[in-house]
Amino acid sequence: MSKFKDSAHLIRLAAVFVLAAAVFVAVRAAVIPKSYGQYGPYRGDALREITSRPVVYAGHETCEGCHPDVLEIKSKGVHAHVNCESCHGPQAKHAEDPGTVKPTLPDVGKLCVRCHSENIAKPSGFPQVDAKEHAQGLACNTCHKPHSPGFDAGGKK
Amino acid sequence: MTLNRRQILMLLPAAAVAWDFVLAGTPEESPNYKSSEHWWGMLLDITKCIGCGSCVRACAMENDVPDGYFRTWVERYHVTDWHVENPIVDSPNGGKDGFPQSNLAGGKNFFVPKLCNHCAESPCTQVCPVGATFHTADGVVLIDYNYCLGCRYCIQACPYGCRFFNPERHTAEKCTLCYHRITKGLTTACCESCPTGARQLADLKNPKDPIHEFLKTHAVQVLKPHLATGAKMFYNGLDGSVR
Repeated sequence: MSKFKDSAHLIRLAAVFVLAAAVFVAVRAAVIPKSYGQYGPYRGDALREITSRPVVYAGHETCEGCHPDVLEIKSKGVHAHVNCESCHGPQAKHAEDPGTVKPTLPDVGKLCVRCHSENIAKPSGFPQVDAKEHAQGLACNTCHKPHSPGFDAGGKK
Repeated sequence: MTLNRRQILMLLPAAAVAWDFVLAGTPEESPNYKSSEHWWGMLLDITKCIGCGSCVRACAMENDVPDGYFRTWVERYHVTDWHVENPIVDSPNGGKDGFPQSNLAGGKNFFVPKLCNHCAESPCTQVCPVGATFHTADGVVLIDYNYCLGCRYCIQACPYGCRFFNPERHTAEKCTLCYHRITKGLTTACCESCPTGARQLADLKNPKDPIHEFLKTHAVQVLKPHLATGAKMFYNGLDGSVR
């Protein structure tokens, strides 16, 4: 069988294609992050970056581990469903290092009215007062105990 | 090597198991968390929301949300008589400082907490030109902040107005459903701080989650169902005037 005439042309053309394919594969490998496609069509490291964020709110289970006395008082009252950090603020740092990081006591004057000040849009069954008229200048915790503010446990209403 | 039909059929189950492992990616920071075992949503009970703004403050502290921007916020609706299509809505500072008493008596007044709906067919993910927004296997819509160009296309695409442009990082930003918390077995910061239980994180793939009993026994709705976004924020007691 005779040699194909001018086959060098074809070989050169093939070489160009092979080179282009090699460059494509090399650039693609260099540009796409290693973790891409690990969990789906996105960078797996992005998920790790997001999940590695530190937690700020410890969660009520953590609080209850060290403060079962408060839990006992609270679980019997009308504030049973209110989680600790709802009033006391984020306490993950305190939970990690209870010795040095001490939580500050919430300001009752501001705290209680956040939920219990009168508002037309609140569900009608929710206990709400006109704070000025109701408290007559007294602090809320003069009469109500915040952990269990009801009739029985918290003294007079 | 050639495979006959019987051999291929025998290999298929093995391939399916292998694929399941590929899908069930587990972030290193949460070694016991398998994303394929969860499908996250939230229950928002309008009949319980008191507009205290605890969720808004908690979200800002947990996620370093810049002042004046909101990953979650609370709206107050006032609907008079038949003006269902024209409710009066206010949300001073996103409800972060609570709501002052309103003088709009007569008609309906109620609070609506809002956040990213973590849509199963999210418009924001579809429009991102660089694939920076993505769905995780457990149904959460997240942003890769290193990939985001800051083109703001997704901010316009979200029909719920849940995205904003972070002025410090210069990327789009939104609720992550506290992904760093829920992968560690905690609830979100907003749900943790809600004093009335108006917000409850729900794992729709967990048959023991109380959400299932609630959904079966209550009239529950998602926002803008006609857009078929597959929203997973379920509202109890949602009024038709809420947009």
